[in-house]
Amino acid sequence: MGKTFKTIDEAVIRFAGDSGDGMQLTGGRFTETTAIVGNDLSTLPDFPAEIRAPAGSLAGVSAFQIKFSSKDIHTPGVNPDVLVAMNPAALKVHQKEIIPGGTLIINTDAFTKKNLKFAGYESNPIEDGSLDDYFTLIPIEMNKMVTAACEGLDLSPKLVGRTKNLFALGILFYMYDRPLDATEAWLKKKFKGKDAIIEANTRALNAGYNYGDTTELFMTRYKVEKASLPSGTYRNMNGNLAASLGLLAASERSGLKLFYGGYPITPASDILHMLAIWKHFGVQTFQAEDEIAGIASVIGAAFAGKLAVTATSGPGIALKGESLGLGVITELPMVVINVQRGGPSTGLPTKTEQSDLNQALYGRNGEAPMPVIAPATPGDCFYAAYEACRIALKFMTPVMFLSDGYLANGSEPWKIPNVDDLEDIDVKFAHDKNSENDFLPYLRDEDTLARPWAIPGTPGLEHRLGGIEKAENTGHVSYDPENHHRMVELRQEKVNRIQHDIPPLEVFGEDHGDMLVLSWGGTYGACRSAVETLNEEGKKVSHVHLRWINPLPKDLGEIIIGFKNVLVPEINLGQLLRLIRSEYLVDAQGLNLVRGRPIGASTIVETVKKTIG
Amino acid sequence: MTDVQAPLLTKKDFESDQAVRWCPGCGDYAILAQTQKNMPTFGRKREEFVFVSGIGCSSRFPYYMNTYGFHSIHGRAPAVATGVKIANPDLSVWVVTGDGDGLSIGGNHFMHVLRRNMDVNILMFNNRIYGLTKGQYSPTSEQGKKTKASPYGSIDYPLNPPSLALGAQATFVARTIDRWQKHMAAMLERSYNHDGGSFIEIYQNCNIFNDGAFEEYTGAEKFSNVIELKHGEPMVFAQGTKGIKLDGFKPKVVDMEKNSIDDILIHNETDLDLAHIIANWTSHPTLPEPIGVIYCIDKTTYNQDIVNQIESAIEAKGPGNVQDLLNSGDTWVVD
Repeated sequence: MGKTFKTIDEAVIRFAGDSGDGMQLTGGRFTETTAIVGNDLSTLPDFPAEIRAPAGSLAGVSAFQIKFSSKDIHTPGVNPDVLVAMNPAALKVHQKEIIPGGTLIINTDAFTKKNLKFAGYESNPIEDGSLDDYFTLIPIEMNKMVTAACEGLDLSPKLVGRTKNLFALGILFYMYDRPLDATEAWLKKKFKGKDAIIEANTRALNAGYNYGDTTELFMTRYKVEKASLPSGTYRNMNGNLAASLGLLAASERSGLKLFYGGYPITPASDILHMLAIWKHFGVQTFQAEDEIAGIASVIGAAFAGKLAVTATSGPGIALKGESLGLGVITELPMVVINVQRGGPSTGLPTKTEQSDLNQALYGRNGEAPMPVIAPATPGDCFYAAYEACRIALKFMTPVMFLSDGYLANGSEPWKIPNVDDLEDIDVKFAHDKNSENDFLPYLRDEDTLARPWAIPGTPGLEHRLGGIEKAENTGHVSYDPENHHRMVELRQEKVNRIQHDIPPLEVFGEDHGDMLVLSWGGTYGACRSAVETLNEEGKKVSHVHLRWINPLPKDLGEIIIGFKNVLVPEINLGQLLRLIRSEYLVDAQGLNLVRGRPIGASTIVETVKKTIG
Repeated sequence: MTDVQAPLLTKKDFESDQAVRWCPGCGDYAILAQTQKNMPTFGRKREEFVFVSGIGCSSRFPYYMNTYGFHSIHGRAPAVATGVKIANPDLSVWVVTGDGDGLSIGGNHFMHVLRRNMDVNILMFNNRIYGLTKGQYSPTSEQGKKTKASPYGSIDYPLNPPSLALGAQATFVARTIDRWQKHMAAMLERSYNHDGGSFIEIYQNCNIFNDGAFEEYTGAEKFSNVIELKHGEPMVFAQGTKGIKLDGFKPKVVDMEKNSIDDILIHNETDLDLAHIIANWTSHPTLPEPIGVIYCIDKTTYNQDIVNQIESAIEAKGPGNVQDLLNSGDTWVVD
């Protein structure tokens, strides 16, 4: 019987296994190859907070989902077409999400009595028929397969067993007609000097591919054609790497060396790890003793003239709150990255959420306005980080960058920009006195209201900053009531004026209609997909995505007026929603799902239809 | 970096135009005056000095120094100073803190800035009380101290700043007293010249909330109650009438009329074991209060190491180019 090729627009596959099964690595390799063959793609890694929960336990299941397409896509999808389950726990956790009729590829060698019991199965689901009616079940003895493939190699059975993820990857490469060479080259690089490991993994990969080819289990193979992306050179990009590169680009274009002070925290630590590698760019990284020291060092470095940055997650921002107020009152430029995770408290450290918007806007004592920018996609983290630096330096202010766990770890094809094409960042340190006899550290620029940046080491401009209220212009300590009121207003007005520096909003769809879907941050993709679907169905729905949440763009109010309804999907209980309602007195509605994962486009479609029919 | 070309400056050059607002009679005045007097003697440009402080009476200090300054938030001065020093290692960075600011709310930063041997000079004004918040007991207040917050006497035990600093791997630990002006001048100079993190505990009288806390070290009996440590010299005090001998690890005060100077303990500021022993004499019932340099060794600084790492990375890889970095990794071309 010959095998047939079926061309499809898109597919969603999910690898799930124990934390030690290498699922993130497998997903990463599939992603890399999928990028190279030219599909558009979006990924969603989903891993436990525990480094290595007990093997076989439900808590220890780690998964990686990728959606890839010949079309322009915006989300990693919700329900997979194919689930690879490396053990019973993985099946148990993820089975309910596979689309009806989807394919289940199972490593039966892991379905031992002990593992089944550990996962809470009374009987073996592969054998008891409970799955047969719903899914295409493909049980494979993967351990046995790799053991055979690695015969003759001088490796322990344990090490051979570890190659079964490459076997599973080989099967998926076969199913979706993807080449093996990129993975083989990667293995050679990754395990350089460990020839037996390279050989075993390469054999396992090929064994999986050939298994797909020779058995009759896979009668249909799928072709997903190249996506028609804009021309250019691409690479796969995740959000934390993109943000780090954006900071580095801002450093180069501003001529300021980058200083990073921070404390390790999930899911932001990768930014520290990456910047720590880039020493030859002159990047200084300081792993502080705690979150507070992280931001305090950033304030000190900003005072001394660096492009100063910290990155953390919600709990870290909570600890940094008082220092951020100091950054606001001393009006020093710095970028504060919050890669949001589930909260409150420790919450869900490895899961995504958008619940720190209120904290970003209001989480400091006193009137302490801080600009807030949020990237829309993993690749957009580059541009948003660059923009955060540009605004911080131009307006002499701390800027909050609100990423999230999904953006940070998710990835997409990214067209490599030309650094020279990025907007200029023009930094001028003060060198001379700015009034007749004195240097006035709080004498403001007429347009931006930014104060001068005179760094220690500059002769004649010695001055003192601090957290006590400043007298206008002189910056001396002042308890004068009128002065305080004026300074409170000036600090707010300075942030408001950023409005004049940000581009007008883009309305996706008509500028009037039945529904405006209004989003910020990582829900961009789901909202855009949903609106595309609704438009295809003829619904009068448009999409506006906010990049700046403080200040809100000046044209937002006008845009909102054009729509009968406004829907604000968020992974929180309505934090942007309340802001929009209070700011524009509009009866906007929320779509709020706080489950530690992205909102699905289909949920948004359904919600819109419920309102507008 | 000492610049030999630096113009000759005077105390006046280091006085800011801001009115000093400590209580009349506060020990802080003496420390400020002595610091302003010392600064010109270092032969360094004024603009290269940065004074960073936290919160508390002592932390108003930077406002009165006509240098670059930063009055930060409670306890965080060592971390702010760390950022300044890493960002520009050519600056002379000073931290002014108190016993509450530095040891209570800022205890963590105090410990780590010393551990890293960050080349900043920490002046801790220890008055054993919270002054700015109007008189609560501090982490160096003696047990049993009656304050507004401890009307029945504090049940906290005090900590010992030099011991803490030594435990944190500090490379320079010294103590002086607000009323010992010449001694303070010498300590400031030693601290300035120490290439690494330095810690000076300065006993400072709070005449409002804890007046006379250090009376025994500043009053008529001061020479009997204080021992001035001098590197390489025998430990004698009370105008040479008393000395200290070690009995095993136990120090004891001996009468010099009955003992030979050869039997007296010799101070060695590079000896960590000895430093720990000396630090323990703080508020000791039978031993004199040690002042002077308790410990001083050379060790590479954090700020120098970070420079070295960057320089060797550039040497090995060449200066980084962002466009090249963006273009690296697995890329593909879409026509």
